[in-house]
Amino acid sequence: MKTILNVKNLTKNFGGLCAVSNVSMTINEGELIGLIGPNGAGKTTLFNLLTGVYEPSSGLIELIDQNKSIQIGGLKPYKITNLGVARTFQNIRLFKSMTVLENVKVAMHKNIRYGTLAAILRLPTYYKEEKWVEEKAEELLKEVGLYSLRNELATNLPYGKQRRLEIARALAIQPKILYLDEPAAGMNPQETKELTELIDHIREKYKLTVILIEHDMSLVMKICERIYVLNYGKMIANGTPEEIKQNEFVVKAYLGEEI
Amino acid sequence: MTAFLQQLVNGLSLGSIYALIALGYTMVYGIIKLINFAHGDVYMLGAYCAFLITTYCGLGFIPALFISMIFCGVVGVLIERIAYKPLRHATRITALITAIGVSYVLEYATQYIMGSEVRTYPKLLTSASFHLGPVTITMQQVYIFVITVILMVVLQFIVQKTKMGRAMRAVSVDEDAARLMGIDVDKTISFTFLLGSALAGVAGVLVGIYYNSINPLMGMTPGLKAFIAAVFGGIGSIPGAMIGGLFIGIAETMVTAYGSSLYKDAIVYIILILILILKPAGLLGKNVREKV
Amino acid sequence: MRKELLNKANLAWLLLSIVSFVVLSILMKVGIIGSYYSITLYNIFINIILAVSLNLVIGVCGQFSLGHAGFMCIGAYCAGIMVKMMPNMTGLAIGVLIGFALSTIVALIVSIPTLRLKGDYLAIATLGFAEIVRILVQNMEITNGAAGLNGIPKLTTFPLLFVCAVIAILVVCNFTHSAPGRACLSIREDEIASEAMGINTTKYKVIAFVIGALLASLAGALFACNFYVIKPDQFTFNKSIDILVMVVFGGMGSMTSSVLAAVAIGIINVVLANFSEIRMIIYGLALVGIMIFKPTGILGTKELSFKKLFDKRKEKSA
Repeated sequence: MKTILNVKNLTKNFGGLCAVSNVSMTINEGELIGLIGPNGAGKTTLFNLLTGVYEPSSGLIELIDQNKSIQIGGLKPYKITNLGVARTFQNIRLFKSMTVLENVKVAMHKNIRYGTLAAILRLPTYYKEEKWVEEKAEELLKEVGLYSLRNELATNLPYGKQRRLEIARALAIQPKILYLDEPAAGMNPQETKELTELIDHIREKYKLTVILIEHDMSLVMKICERIYVLNYGKMIANGTPEEIKQNEFVVKAYLGEEI
Repeated sequence: MTAFLQQLVNGLSLGSIYALIALGYTMVYGIIKLINFAHGDVYMLGAYCAFLITTYCGLGFIPALFISMIFCGVVGVLIERIAYKPLRHATRITALITAIGVSYVLEYATQYIMGSEVRTYPKLLTSASFHLGPVTITMQQVYIFVITVILMVVLQFIVQKTKMGRAMRAVSVDEDAARLMGIDVDKTISFTFLLGSALAGVAGVLVGIYYNSINPLMGMTPGLKAFIAAVFGGIGSIPGAMIGGLFIGIAETMVTAYGSSLYKDAIVYIILILILILKPAGLLGKNVREKV
Repeated sequence: MRKELLNKANLAWLLLSIVSFVVLSILMKVGIIGSYYSITLYNIFINIILAVSLNLVIGVCGQFSLGHAGFMCIGAYCAGIMVKMMPNMTGLAIGVLIGFALSTIVALIVSIPTLRLKGDYLAIATLGFAEIVRILVQNMEITNGAAGLNGIPKLTTFPLLFVCAVIAILVVCNFTHSAPGRACLSIREDEIASEAMGINTTKYKVIAFVIGALLASLAGALFACNFYVIKPDQFTFNKSIDILVMVVFGGMGSMTSSVLAAVAIGIINVVLANFSEIRMIIYGLALVGIMIFKPTGILGTKELSFKKLFDKRKEKSA
């Protein structure tokens, strides 16, 4: 199996607080990885480091693409995204007063090959590219089941659909790695089931490597191939769901130390 | 060297006034994250209030100062209640536009009532002066500096040692958490406006005395400069506002003395842009990062 | 003519422009719009350019600039100085181009460092920059200092003004409805998400800012060649607020409403010409009132769109 992401001794300090401490992980192409840990363990901070929102205090993040290795630690978020890394947000961050279709179109930005001048002068490339974007975005919305809502404002969607749109938007980037930050948070069992199917489906279809943060243990144990466990910013365990279930450190982290 | 020291003294007294106005900006920004554009105009109202009291009621400096403080404090609270409170959770741009609107209303309502002409300020303080070595210091400058320092100490005491001050600090850190702890957030915010506006009122009176003249649009430029002083010191920080105010005052006097008075306003804006680029949190400010 | 451009909606726009141009020209010719009111009309058109360009920066891209008068000032003085040396259309064209070059440079210098700042800090920084421009103009010899430039030949004709306003609207609308425009909208909505979608937010903020600056500078040039005299104190903070008022009244993000607001405020200014203080008080109260009761502006983000109109009809008949 080929490695796609290699994280080495990654550390992030906020003042005196060490939010992520000396974390290392190796992710292979096509894997579905779960990232779990108690609240405040540093999971989202780790995502923010991997996607460039925060700059690491130390350590390396290496993205391996077609046998080329790129250091992405400390790069700007948009640069990392354009290398094929997409994400969703824990506290949904859609472009609220834009339509569902426009939300997806924004994410296709990198693949649009006309500039400001062509847009203002309405050159032929503008029409050609816009047509392509429109078709592509609609196709994607059909796939996640939001096509009929394409002209609604994102803010008017029900909660579960907003989470779906976040995933659709991330897919529009045509990523190789997809980070999902608590995709099932606030969903009912039916929605969670549909989400699980969607994740499976897109992963197959787009040959994605997926890393997800989730508190719904049944979901994580069911779909993840490998699980990393964070606690107090440190990586305390990693392994298959079965191994993790039996790991005493993990049990302690979740249930507290026995007295 | 003498000239330099002389300018330093002049700069200190001008800077004290800026510092007084800057405090209002910094406290209000600290607590509701709003650049209260109307703050400069509250200071103008303070100057007019004392002008009317001393000219038509024949009262002296001290009563005029207190009445102006109270008047401005009340005006500040009213502005907050009427214009800003409904917008507590609106976007920053919305709140800022509102503040600009309030500023317009205050300026032009004053102009409508009092006329647009420049008024000569009554002589409320002795114009006597004394020499300290080669440097001439007027009693007015001494008063301005002493009053500012006293108020600053009182303010620092209120914010650090009293219950209300603790509430102010709590609300500025986290409004919702403060509310859950039983703090009356609305009252605390109003109190902040009261304090800040009262200080602006004092500044208005002092400026009237210092420059001898007032007009309805006098609040705009010093207001902006005081805001810049607050940004320079680190917005939200009370000692920062003091340092920023003095620095801006001294910088302005120095440019007037050694460069050209035509550029005295430009230098302040250049300082602003430099500080925003080099150290946006200001000298004593804290970096705040957005939660993702 | 390319076929993509030939559709019903575009033809409707073309028709609307031609009709309004012809009607206004006839009204001025036969004197229904007298010389006093035609000054107002010219002012309205200059304000349309200013409002639409500021709306691009504030309404579309969400960057709160209070320095629009600074760019207008640059454009006005470049054109004014140039046409005084060369009092014909070529002179004006050269003046406009110099204004473009200068305002682009200034916009880049201002925007690249300051656009990293959030909302209100940006507002103060742009305000400060506009004041610096004005102070420089006030103290330079070539601009004739505080006295201003006198005797600028009147080269701004109604057709020229009309065409420029149409171009300004076209530029802004075409930009907004394109990938770069979408990028700007997404920055307004959520900058962090926008960057996570692969958008170089700084780049698009700068682009929107520069386009806004260019159009403001064009408006300044037309302004200079219309009123014979320009003075530094015509380009104060208050001028920036005047433009802001138009954008806010109409609705941030909607070009239709900026145009309508420019017209409405132009008319209100004439009606209240003799009560300038009351006018300013009303503006202030209106700003506060609109922000409290209808922060999206009177029209919100609604746009007059022939395309949507025709599409709706098609749907109905289908």
